[in-house]
Amino acid sequence: MQLSISLLEITRAIDSWLNSIFHPHVAFGIELVLAGVAVILLVVAMAVLMVYAERKLAGFMQMRLGPMRVGKYGSMQAIADVMKLLLKECLVPTNSDKMMFKLAPFVVTVVSFMTIVPIAFARGIQLWDINIGVFYITAVSSLSVIGILMAGWSSNNKYSLLGAMRSGAQIVSYELSGGLALIVVVMMSGTLSISGIVQAQADGWWVIKGHIPVIIAFVTFIITSTAELNRAPFDLAEAESELTAGYHTEYSGMQFAMFFLSEYTNMFVLSMVAATVFLGGWMPFHIAGLEGFNHFMDYIPGIVWFFGKTFFILFLIVWFRWTFPRLRIDQLLKLEWKYLLPVSIINVLFAAFIALMGWYL
Amino acid sequence: METKDIKRDEFVINVGPQHPSTHGVLRLELWLDGEDIIDSKPHLGYIHRGIEKMSEALGYKQFIYLTSRMDYLSAHMNNQACSLAIEKGLQVEAPPRAQVIRVLMAELSRLASHQLWWGALGLDLGAVSPFFYAFREREMILEIFEETCGSRLTMNYITPGGVVNDLHPDFVKKVKKLIEQLKGNLHEYDQLLTGNAILQARTRGVGKLTAEDAISLGCTGPVARASGVKCDVRKLHPYDGYDKVDFEEVLNDKGDNFARYWLRIAEMEQSIRIIEQLIDNIPEGSYREKLKGVVKLPAGEYYQRVETARGELGVYIVSDGKKEPYRVRFRTPNFSNLNALRPMLKGAKIGDMVSMMATLDLIIPDIDR
Repeated sequence: MQLSISLLEITRAIDSWLNSIFHPHVAFGIELVLAGVAVILLVVAMAVLMVYAERKLAGFMQMRLGPMRVGKYGSMQAIADVMKLLLKECLVPTNSDKMMFKLAPFVVTVVSFMTIVPIAFARGIQLWDINIGVFYITAVSSLSVIGILMAGWSSNNKYSLLGAMRSGAQIVSYELSGGLALIVVVMMSGTLSISGIVQAQADGWWVIKGHIPVIIAFVTFIITSTAELNRAPFDLAEAESELTAGYHTEYSGMQFAMFFLSEYTNMFVLSMVAATVFLGGWMPFHIAGLEGFNHFMDYIPGIVWFFGKTFFILFLIVWFRWTFPRLRIDQLLKLEWKYLLPVSIINVLFAAFIALMGWYL
Repeated sequence: METKDIKRDEFVINVGPQHPSTHGVLRLELWLDGEDIIDSKPHLGYIHRGIEKMSEALGYKQFIYLTSRMDYLSAHMNNQACSLAIEKGLQVEAPPRAQVIRVLMAELSRLASHQLWWGALGLDLGAVSPFFYAFREREMILEIFEETCGSRLTMNYITPGGVVNDLHPDFVKKVKKLIEQLKGNLHEYDQLLTGNAILQARTRGVGKLTAEDAISLGCTGPVARASGVKCDVRKLHPYDGYDKVDFEEVLNDKGDNFARYWLRIAEMEQSIRIIEQLIDNIPEGSYREKLKGVVKLPAGEYYQRVETARGELGVYIVSDGKKEPYRVRFRTPNFSNLNALRPMLKGAKIGDMVSMMATLDLIIPDIDR
């Protein structure tokens, strides 16, 4: 609590300071730029951290140490990788559609940066408290498929095209269940805004007080977000044993790094959405009746709660990747259209009934 | 194989010669309709080194070393087949100690080979972790090989008349430790991959090969046995004392990818069983029959077959009485097993191609020689 309030005061102080020097419009413009820089810095820092964490976790799951050479316990490994990718030449295939080829990584990256905007990191730490936050995230994150299709088409490579088509089919299908899973919580909270959903969980996280429908929705959301991220076991779009590298086969250097960055950013954003919507965002864990325990939990800052939950879901996604084999394309679509979607639709009806009757805690 | 005209609306891709799932330089031409495979055509010869022709210029004791480079995961068995063929011509037999050592080495390399296959199958199907679990025990086996043979992959250890040198003093102790660890860890293989719902969905009912097809295409080894064909050379034509050890020829009549998967796991257990029987009963005595420096086979034809990790390897030697063979011909298991790929691929998906190639367990240098 202490920390989050002080952060809010810092932003207010910056706001009043800028307004005292500049014209309010100019100050607003500067604030927008600052916010954008803050988002990019946060995303890049998190992506670098995630790459390191994933490599270490993968190492431990595979009875090895993971990166150990660069820095203490390999902590500088991700930064060294970024430096390497920055120094590499960005090759463009001869017969490719050059403009689309160069534009595609930017589309993918910008889309993934845009989705981070309405996320509430802690009380008052939110860039844009838009009243349709959840809807905005689902809408914007589905744009990334355009970038992937552009990359696959413009590479003039059959493997890339196959990977892009797989990715298109996959993302378009899995969005449905993902959206329906979010609708369950939206109905129970009665609001689409992220801060509203977090506030609705002040007396208990949805996954605890929402009964079975929210648990089903939570599991569905984790599965669909793994699929939307193109990560194992749904990494058909870049299945390295089938399509070498899928839609980014022809990309190298920083262009490849941007696809990589956007994958990790998307992973990060979807985990944050799951943490916000199902696990109470920055709300601490409370058990009704245990006052001492609840007070103790309140002392842990909201930002710690939020990132703790996010990393828990990130860990789940990493864990999937390093243990599961890959599905086949028809099995992937069957899983969505024959199992997840019917279950989600029935679940939404069930949840609507519960929300109408007010049976949740 | 008939040639096929490319129609305008068909999508042709080349899988290989440099492709992660071909495990070597095999090039597959695939005619696709979306994700469905209409037809396929394997192109060979990217790693042809002319081992058969080179053998004609080398002495009988020398050309054996080339065969370690055919199926490099069954190097011991390849050497064993050639040695047995030459011994047939010279009418000598390896001493009992050498025979037991040969069987032990062959079964250890079968274990190592199947472990590599298991890990690579995981990689092909998108699971990375099994590879490291497979290499945990494989590394121990390679260390045992290194101690005794001086090398880890192309051992060149089995020679006409016996084996090159005696076992390392630590051999028995290390093999016992390996067997103990492997028996404790085999259930991890099942937990990690065999029981996985996705693996089952990817392999069950996929890549069916009937027993008739397996016979007419000349498939041998685990590929044919998974279709219910009895073809284990160790049982049918025992060599080097395989008739004295107690083991089962594992069979499965399903003929799909999962049958081949299951069968190799079961074969690993049988290999462990053979090693367990022999490791305490290595006879004392000489490890090699003394042969002349330059061996000359009497004019004639000699044929010997052995069961490698991938099937039946036949070695056919024609001698005209000189110190080099007149003609050497290898009937390699992978070449015949590759033939099963085309009928299996018709109507399958691209993802299935990877799992079929993985369960056929092809070693490309063995196809091209």
